[in-house]
Amino acid sequence: MTARHPAGRQLFGYGMSSSLPTLPDAQLAPLLEAYKCARAAKLRQTALFFVALTLAVIVSAKVAEIDLFKLGANIGSFFNYFSRLFVFDSGDLQGRSVLLDIGEWYWGFRKWLRLLGDTLLIAYVGTFIGALGAFLICFSGARNLSPNPWVRGVAKRALEFFRTVPEIVFALIFVIAFGLGPIPGVLALSLHTFGALGKQFLEVVENIDMRPVEGATACGASWVDSIRFAVVPQVLSNFVSYTLLRFEINVRGASVMGFVGAGGIGQDLIEAIRKFYYTDVSAILLMIIATVMIVDIATAHVRHRLIGLEEAR
Amino acid sequence: MSGLRGDAATDFGALRKRYPSVFAPQIVQRWPILAVGLLMALLFVYGLWRLEFSFMRMWTGLAQLGRFATLMLPPIAQSWPQALTFARALAETVSIALLGTLMAALLAFPMGFLAARNATINRVVQFMSRRFLDTIRGVDTLIWALIWVNVVGLGPFAGVLAIMTADAGAFGKLFSETIEAADRKPVDGVVASGGSRLQAIRFGLLPQVLPVMLGQVLYFFESNTRSATIIGIVGAGGIGLHLSEQIRTLEWQGVSLIVLMILAAVALIDVVSGQLRFAIIGERSRNA
Repeated sequence: MTARHPAGRQLFGYGMSSSLPTLPDAQLAPLLEAYKCARAAKLRQTALFFVALTLAVIVSAKVAEIDLFKLGANIGSFFNYFSRLFVFDSGDLQGRSVLLDIGEWYWGFRKWLRLLGDTLLIAYVGTFIGALGAFLICFSGARNLSPNPWVRGVAKRALEFFRTVPEIVFALIFVIAFGLGPIPGVLALSLHTFGALGKQFLEVVENIDMRPVEGATACGASWVDSIRFAVVPQVLSNFVSYTLLRFEINVRGASVMGFVGAGGIGQDLIEAIRKFYYTDVSAILLMIIATVMIVDIATAHVRHRLIGLEEAR
Repeated sequence: MSGLRGDAATDFGALRKRYPSVFAPQIVQRWPILAVGLLMALLFVYGLWRLEFSFMRMWTGLAQLGRFATLMLPPIAQSWPQALTFARALAETVSIALLGTLMAALLAFPMGFLAARNATINRVVQFMSRRFLDTIRGVDTLIWALIWVNVVGLGPFAGVLAIMTADAGAFGKLFSETIEAADRKPVDGVVASGGSRLQAIRFGLLPQVLPVMLGQVLYFFESNTRSATIIGIVGAGGIGLHLSEQIRTLEWQGVSLIVLMILAAVALIDVVSGQLRFAIIGERSRNA
């Protein structure tokens, strides 16, 4: 505070060589006291937090039957499992690295590639349907565009429901209703996408600049007109960005849909894991990881381009 | 028609002559977007065909679903012991989520520093840790659960480890991004007053990033409760086992009960973690 004073500026601003000024002890003591108090309070808070956390951990460890000895005894078999993934366990090359015969390792390459393509398609179609639904519902759920609180409430609760129920649960139910195959997988993913994207879209719409909407309404535009010409241009790039992110998540989700019989590469993967076909597990897993990475990089690239466009505008 | 619209309509021809660019067909300027849209629509139709969608199957499936929905009401358990079993399984699910999230955060904490450009040891280490985290992240929780079941046997312990491994990748990435976004100036200040590299991280970086990280961990706890409900499907503990069993045996009332229980648990955790997050971030803004 003293530095703002003209005299103070002369004292401290130019006197670099002089030692730093300190407050007299009488003023310093209460400040120091307050500092100690604040520190103690913070420490108490932190200690309380850690005690609560430790209690929670102990209770959950009890409930979840955590057994660190079991982990200690089995941790070797975890690494053993991973090393066995990359070693042939039968045939001419028994006990040798899979890298010696890529053709034998990827004996089902064509089949797996086709299944991986199906997985991508499941993710794509599911994202497409879900995003379409989310697009249609988000305007009637937004506080600033939808005047009816009942419509808003119903839209928000519905989105919450579809978002919270895991997609695999939907898939389990749909497999029984629609039969085995990719259809239940697509529907399950699209329902979950609908819930998740709907919420994100809704938040984007609630944060728009309302002046264009007012302008459009003042020119006599109907509700649909004002959304088309005043809202959509503001939100579209964000919508696309969120949808791309969701597509990446859905590719990962689609890769396990086969676990419950809902299509894609998961069917072959779970079979390989359950039947201990080690080299098949590693082959399929590596293909899935590579696909997810490629999709990740590609969507990130497009999203950055979109953000760049937005900033250039 | 009246007012502005009416005037515009009567004067339409003249308006069109005065502003030709506004009335020009938009296809010319918009062809890239239209082409992308057309391609996406074509891919969608191809997908529907390739994945064997048909009106017949959709119709019978929807009819079945409608029947199941009526059978789901009211959502009650067959007996009290069964309800108790479900409740215990739900507690197990929440425990799995809590422990898995915590262990993942502990594992990812050092990884995050190694993978952050401004706190890592060198470029090679940073690149390697990034790729390592990406690899872990590429594998779904359910796959990790299956693998851990093979290693430590059936039960909730495999579930904890599955959540831990799957989330360690996600946390590592989030943490490293948080660290990279941190302000450089406090770090420079510590270095300028003679602090070592480790002290710079401890006193310059950590106070900035820790609250953000805690917020992320709390957020993941909620989403992990959701993931923990499904890993039981492959035998890794929690309520998922009961859920898939109820679905397979077509006990629809039990299914709806379990789903409602999951929804309630997730909503509760959402509220609690939201308040905790607010407390942490509020504290931070007070300090600043």
